[in-house]
Amino acid sequence: MSETAFAMTDGRVSFDGKPVLRGIDLTVCPGEVVALLGANGSGKSTLVRTLLGLTPLTSGQTLVYGTPPGRFREWWRIGYVPQRLQVGGGVPATVREVVASGRIARQSRFRRTSAADKAAVASALEAVRLADRAGDPVQSLSGGQQQRVLIARALAGEPDTYVMDEPTAGVDAETQQLLADTLARLVEAGRTVVLVAHELGPLEPIITRGVVIREGRIAHDGRPPRPEGDCARPGHEHQHPHAEEPVGGPLTGWQGEPR
Amino acid sequence: MIFELLQEELFQLALIAALLVGLCAPAVGTFIVQRRLSLLGDGIGHVALTGVALGFLTGTTPVLTAVLVSIAGAVAIELVRARGRTSGDVALALLFYGGIAGGVMLMGIAPGGSNAKLNSYLFGAIASVTVEDIWVIAALAAAVIAVVVIFGRELFVLCQDEEMAKASGLPVRFLSLLIAVTAALTVVIAMRVVGLLLVSALMVIPVATSQQLTRGFRTTMGLAMLFGVLASVGGLLASTYSAKVPPGAAIVLLALAGFVLALGVGKFVRRGRTQESTLSERPKLRVEEVA
Repeated sequence: MSETAFAMTDGRVSFDGKPVLRGIDLTVCPGEVVALLGANGSGKSTLVRTLLGLTPLTSGQTLVYGTPPGRFREWWRIGYVPQRLQVGGGVPATVREVVASGRIARQSRFRRTSAADKAAVASALEAVRLADRAGDPVQSLSGGQQQRVLIARALAGEPDTYVMDEPTAGVDAETQQLLADTLARLVEAGRTVVLVAHELGPLEPIITRGVVIREGRIAHDGRPPRPEGDCARPGHEHQHPHAEEPVGGPLTGWQGEPR
Repeated sequence: MIFELLQEELFQLALIAALLVGLCAPAVGTFIVQRRLSLLGDGIGHVALTGVALGFLTGTTPVLTAVLVSIAGAVAIELVRARGRTSGDVALALLFYGGIAGGVMLMGIAPGGSNAKLNSYLFGAIASVTVEDIWVIAALAAAVIAVVVIFGRELFVLCQDEEMAKASGLPVRFLSLLIAVTAALTVVIAMRVVGLLLVSALMVIPVATSQQLTRGFRTTMGLAMLFGVLASVGGLLASTYSAKVPPGAAIVLLALAGFVLALGVGKFVRRGRTQESTLSERPKLRVEEVA
């Protein structure tokens, strides 16, 4: 049996008694490119955070490469791209410093930065076309460029699996295309990708599986839904195994949001 | 004049203390400012006063009891912070007031306690530093620098983005306690030089000064340490020229003057930078927002 990148069984999360995830079963196999889709507040961000152990499960179980996140030790296998870059307290940090911090899971405490570390950082900067800004403070970059720094940070760690929380949100078209190209190369190299998205845009061709979250449940799991294709056709029936009742007709699209 | 001063043992001791404090406080301070905990040093300083007074009350070395109590205080502050509740803010305030009031009360009861002694800890008394004090300060300073050198890379990730640190498998709880305990040690080192009420100034002002001029984290820390040494040694020198000048206040005011100067220079530097690239507009980040 081949190992799974992530395996969640009956994952439930509540914040202050309010259920956010209501029983999620999700398995992500190596090489898959999974898009977690859904409206704001559907629980998709909570789901990725739970997969990584950043948000604890209220009940159920989740495994990262066969191990619960709390006991997982091979974190270099995971590259996490959060929603936004945190700029700590106004202390400047250069683009290179932030990208280099993506190597941390591969570095040992008493060893100095190695040539391999430097090479990985340089090629990550190259991949997101920020090599010329390497010495600039991240605080001086635009939102789209900061998103690229986050992606480069994950790339620098050379992980097996990338977990990205809304990498395309609020990002210019150029960066979206750059991200799509970068991801396409990763996928070709056999990497696993789990990403949260509101809409897929230029990422659509590389997604192998779409998981739609609605009100804390999986409402669709399979082929990435294409609103302008099958789903938009009048008379198309959605297959939503967990949804109690269809939230809207064909015109509401697969996200269940009124247009 | 300086050569004559250097011959005097008292001045030598004071100079060593000033140098060590000037180096250590901004090094730890860079991480603390990055972590948005600029007032952590103040909090620990308040709590440390109770430790000092406990030393007088029990007849042990005040520095030793200050180390123990301020470490306990720092751990308590970190635990409240990690829970992340808004009520934590009030809990911290209560802890700080308790620290000061407890210190003043215990000092009053203590057999050897006096207002003069209380003042020397509140506002610093670098001229009365003894050889034993220097050994303790040097040992603590070595511990602080060792933490920065060994754990610097991990602390950078932690203070920049705690979630990222978690998702990289770093021991977040341990590192958080480590930075709090290191801050506590720094407070005790700086206590004799600038006093508990101004301890935090040496952890924060040189960093604030440095970040006006720098682009990266490493350079910010390096320059902050330089500014810290300049301020502490400069303040010490000023106080030796005139007995009326209190060294602790002189050090902090000198550091503040440096900050104001850097603010002007920094504006100039940044203007040059914006001309370099048209995309340098600072983005609006909602850093507090999680999920």
